[in-house]
Amino acid sequence: MSGGRAFVIPGLTLASVLAIFAACLLGSTPLPTERVIAAFFGGADIGDRLVVWSIRLPRALAAFLVGGALGLSGAALQGLLRNPLAEPGVLGVSATASLAATFSLYYGLVGISAWIMPIAAILGALAATALLAVAAIRARSVVTLILIGVGLSSFAGALMSLLMNLAPNPFSLSDMVNWMLGSVANRSFNEIVLALPFLVAGSGILLATRRGLSALTLGEEAASGVGLNLHRQRILTVLGAGLATGASVALAGAIGFVGIVAPHLVRPFVDHDPARSLVPSALLAGLILVIADIGVRIIPTDSELKLGVVAALIGAPIFIWIAMQRRAVHD
Amino acid sequence: MTELTVRDVSVKAGDAVLVEDASFRLARGEFVALLGPNGAGKTSLIRASLGLAVPTSGDARLDGEITSNLSPITRAQKLAYLPQIRPLAWPNTVRDVVALGRFSHGAVLGRLKRTDAEAVDRALAACDLSALANRNSDTLSGGELARMHCARAFAAEAPLLIADEPIAALDPRHQFRILDLIAEYVRQGGGALVVLHDIGLAARYASRLIWMKDGRILADGPPSETLTKDRLEITYGVRATVDGIKVEMDGPI
Repeated sequence: MSGGRAFVIPGLTLASVLAIFAACLLGSTPLPTERVIAAFFGGADIGDRLVVWSIRLPRALAAFLVGGALGLSGAALQGLLRNPLAEPGVLGVSATASLAATFSLYYGLVGISAWIMPIAAILGALAATALLAVAAIRARSVVTLILIGVGLSSFAGALMSLLMNLAPNPFSLSDMVNWMLGSVANRSFNEIVLALPFLVAGSGILLATRRGLSALTLGEEAASGVGLNLHRQRILTVLGAGLATGASVALAGAIGFVGIVAPHLVRPFVDHDPARSLVPSALLAGLILVIADIGVRIIPTDSELKLGVVAALIGAPIFIWIAMQRRAVHD
Repeated sequence: MTELTVRDVSVKAGDAVLVEDASFRLARGEFVALLGPNGAGKTSLIRASLGLAVPTSGDARLDGEITSNLSPITRAQKLAYLPQIRPLAWPNTVRDVVALGRFSHGAVLGRLKRTDAEAVDRALAACDLSALANRNSDTLSGGELARMHCARAFAAEAPLLIADEPIAALDPRHQFRILDLIAEYVRQGGGALVVLHDIGLAARYASRLIWMKDGRILADGPPSETLTKDRLEITYGVRATVDGIKVEMDGPI
């Protein structure tokens, strides 16, 4: 495995670019490569340009950014909590964020400003992440933490169902289904622009503080011993993961498991160092969602599959497999 | 000249008094063993000395600065800390774990500066780990893990070291090896405070013994002066025969 280490980031970057390009080619009406390239550079007819620039490219970019944010947040939370099962989806962060986003939609708060919805999603994500971080300090047991996450997830789901029951019209009902199951269908550059500042800020915080995650490998006591400011590390990781996850939920709703699967696959190639796993995890998770979304678009079903459903179909079995591999000694 | 000075430190958790009016000094060139039964407050005293816990009263100073006011980086550069060994979260390579000892010098795993890489190599060689440097830590034996943690503490190249039960659960040969490593660190000018439960080994290696019970320091001095039959009886509640620095435990009182 050691031979592949230097190629992990360039390889994943190249694969991601190719996947996004492929996403522009494939779809209900496949476009040939030369027409897509022409459309990119302003040639081609208006129809092709519309399909590429207004439909397929923003959708693929949204899938990539959402995956990237979730992969990065997952890898960082796993480093902070020293647990390979920690992830925004499993811990209920995504569910809480999408609840907050739905709430802002349902009560028409988005009418005030287009920024309300992403901000609501981010506040939901931050509240959940902060609660989990406090619980993690007190409980000290990883199992307890996961159970709190499951509880939080269920509670947010129940409140979401309550909102659905009260939904005044079927249109907002289908809207809410999108939030709960996760989808990047019909995303435009406008929505990406609204989520991007938060996503960049959150990712920036996580990347800037990643060195502390390496130190946490030793456990909190020894990490403090080697010079880590534990309190600051906790706050910044929670803040970064909350911002990035919230932004991803604002863009695509709750998509689970990709934040577990990507870091798990990446870890052996980065010597199991949480800090070095961050960037490759983000790239791989982005790549996975771009490919999963291509699948969603070309699988012929009556109503389009939700991206979050496909992600869970792949991710949940891997989650169970990782959980079964873990030895009791880690708890 | 780095020196840790602990003055009248008390630590309370709610109503429980964990440490009461404890004072001691740790300077370079000293091998100090901290002795006492389970629950005597040894770990609480260490944490308060390091500034990881704020003392309820009294203060701990490192070169005159109160440790809990120091930035973690500054403190770690002067005082390495080896807490009771816990399993690592991930199966990192031995070299990476040892390199974490350079955290306070700004080391980034996988991209070590030359000074950091050299300190890591020295620590690996001192602890006889060079051949295991690229192994994943989850493949090591208990003795090898203990050496890895020692190497991690030595890699900081801090003038002082505090180690909490570094030889717990090790076989006799490894107990000697770890204590030899710490003794060598002291010979080269370091100052070490080590929590030990083996009185015989403590008396053999340490230049000073600090005896603790019920949160209080009962005695502090060289083994030849403080290691007595009565002190073992009072501190640990055991009957023992003492001959110079040789100790024979006969049973509980």
